[in-house]
Amino acid sequence: MSFFKVDQLSINFGGIKAVDGVSFDVDKGSVFTIIGPNGAGKTTIFNLVSRIYEPSGGRLVFEGNDITHVPPHRVAKLGIARTFQNIELFEHASLLQNLLLARHAHKQSSFFSELLFLPSVRRMEVEHREAVEKVIDFLDLQQYRESLIVNLPYGVRKVTELARALCTNPKLLLLDEPSSGLNVEETEDMAFWIQDIKNLLGITVLMVEHDMKLVSAVSDRVLALNYGRPLAQGSPQEVQSHPEVVRAYLGG
Amino acid sequence: MRFVFKTSYAQDIQLFRDRMDAFWYVLLAAAVALLPVVMSEYYVGETTWVFIYAICGVSLMVLVGYTGLISLGHAAFLGIGAYAHAFFIKHGVPWVAAVALAVVITTACGIIVGLPALRMSGIYLAIATLAFATIIQEVFSRWESVTHGFAGMPVEKPVIFGVSFAHDTAFYYLCLFFLVVSLWLTRNLLRAPTGRAWVAIRDSEIAAQSMGVNIAIYKSMAFAYSAALMGLAGALFAHKIAYLAPDIFTILLSIQLLLLVIVGGLGSLHGAVFGAIFVALLPPVIAILRDSIPATLSSVAGATGLSLFGAIGEGVGAFLRKPGVEAGIFGLILVLVILLEPLGMYGRWMKIRVYFSTFPMYKRATFKRQKTYMRSERLR
Ligand SMILES: Nc1ncnc2c1ncn2[C@@H]1O[C@H](COP(=O)(O)OP(=O)(O)OP(=O)(O)O)[C@@H](O)[C@H]1O
Ligand SMILES: [Mg+2]
Repeated sequence: MSFFKVDQLSINFGGIKAVDGVSFDVDKGSVFTIIGPNGAGKTTIFNLVSRIYEPSGGRLVFEGNDITHVPPHRVAKLGIARTFQNIELFEHASLLQNLLLARHAHKQSSFFSELLFLPSVRRMEVEHREAVEKVIDFLDLQQYRESLIVNLPYGVRKVTELARALCTNPKLLLLDEPSSGLNVEETEDMAFWIQDIKNLLGITVLMVEHDMKLVSAVSDRVLALNYGRPLAQGSPQEVQSHPEVVRAYLGG
Repeated sequence: MRFVFKTSYAQDIQLFRDRMDAFWYVLLAAAVALLPVVMSEYYVGETTWVFIYAICGVSLMVLVGYTGLISLGHAAFLGIGAYAHAFFIKHGVPWVAAVALAVVITTACGIIVGLPALRMSGIYLAIATLAFATIIQEVFSRWESVTHGFAGMPVEKPVIFGVSFAHDTAFYYLCLFFLVVSLWLTRNLLRAPTGRAWVAIRDSEIAAQSMGVNIAIYKSMAFAYSAALMGLAGALFAHKIAYLAPDIFTILLSIQLLLLVIVGGLGSLHGAVFGAIFVALLPPVIAILRDSIPATLSSVAGATGLSLFGAIGEGVGAFLRKPGVEAGIFGLILVLVILLEPLGMYGRWMKIRVYFSTFPMYKRATFKRQKTYMRSERLR
């Protein structure tokens, strides 16, 4: 039984087959990367996995459970967290608040206990804070803790999104173009962090990425996609030199 | 300058930031508690309006300021609370039970009105809530067996556990008590997971969902909680106004409540209170100016012998007496606030505070938004 299995996944938008019969298996503790030209359907796969879109065909199996039809807010609880291509942070809240929200899947307090802020709520809040602080230390975000997101530079926001996803304590982490918009140095940091997430935290990573240097550095397996259809799958080197992939990228 | 040293995580979830903060609030509470001793009965009555409006403000702030849902129908919730409460006490239900029932009924209405909010947002939601308010107003005027329609419905003075709150000063403390309770409960929610979920929905529904927030449940909760507070405010409102009629709870009142939270400053409970002070005290202030400006200027004219001053005074007085001036001034202030201080009175207050706490090293740039570049701009 594989850790995360995507089986013949498909979705249509009107006439467009944005994702068309895509299958792959992600092994526990590995980094699996999806590459492909713009509009290939990479983000759509993520949206299908996080259940924002309803697939028109295929199955998603996570740790042996069929999650093809779970509601989107259950996905985090199952242990799947994600980042977004066009940063979706809570802009008018502090970085700390953003990360604390990610603890929502672990919330145990009832509405009325929160209304009175009972000691149990207080205790849970401190526990959440401790979990969040571990991630803050891990990603070196200490100095931005109290800043509002709107006042943070782009690179920091990108890291904050990664931090927020980690705060949910995921087993599977979906990263949508983690290096886009980052400079060379920031991209290198990102590569180290992804390796640490895999090796130190033992989190499985499913990633969409354009930067081939980053892809080769961190990926165990790569899937190339074009027009919603899989082109090739294998090690980073195999896929990069695959003739179909080369043709898709050169627009042949 | 003052630094807050933090030595435990619990410190960040305290009700007050530190001892200093708590001290100021205690001082404020003492001042507010002592006001009726030094003020005339008229001003005690006007300040009571501030408290009632502030509860409305907290209610709408939860919905608009924190959850990002708009409502043009909050006057209807106020009306439902007011009529329900008046109806129950008329039929001999004890005061506390009547308030509780009024709150339960408005909460139920809030959940029902919240249902379309699960699918709508922005202007569509505004129109849906507006439609609701129009229907409710119609119900107020037609359901005569309960509301007495346009004949109006007198409201008895509150008597709680045998103690009468008929006197203005007693009622002042009653409203103050409920405002403090509302603020406390709301603050509790806002520093707990529920409040964070609301803010998350406001800023990014898609991310909130992916972090495990059930959008439908939390939006309904925001509507229900907001309506509940409105029901409470409605009960107090009924006593204050003493005579209920359908044309009190109009769309104009809904808009006024919305302006209250915008002028006060969206996304802060302080803003709800500031906004309430503004909305409740603007009419009496205009009334005072209407009489005092001509009087002062004519005495200036008498002293200096310049009749011009007298004429200006007369003109200003006549202008302020014109119908609709109040609404006009209100609108003008609103426009100025949105143009000059989008964070409202609370935003201005924060700046003043920072000015004094960093004196003499205040930098205007502290509040300048840092320009951040989006990805597309960076790659260019
Ligand atoms: N909600 C939607 N409605 C209609 N079409 C959509 C929708 N979402 C995606 N598409 C279409 O599906 C295709 C794949 O889009 P997707 O965002 O997955 O591409 P991508 O591989 O992530 O590209 P990029 O590298 O630019 O991020 C595109 O043609 C896009 O226009
Ligand atoms: Mg994409």
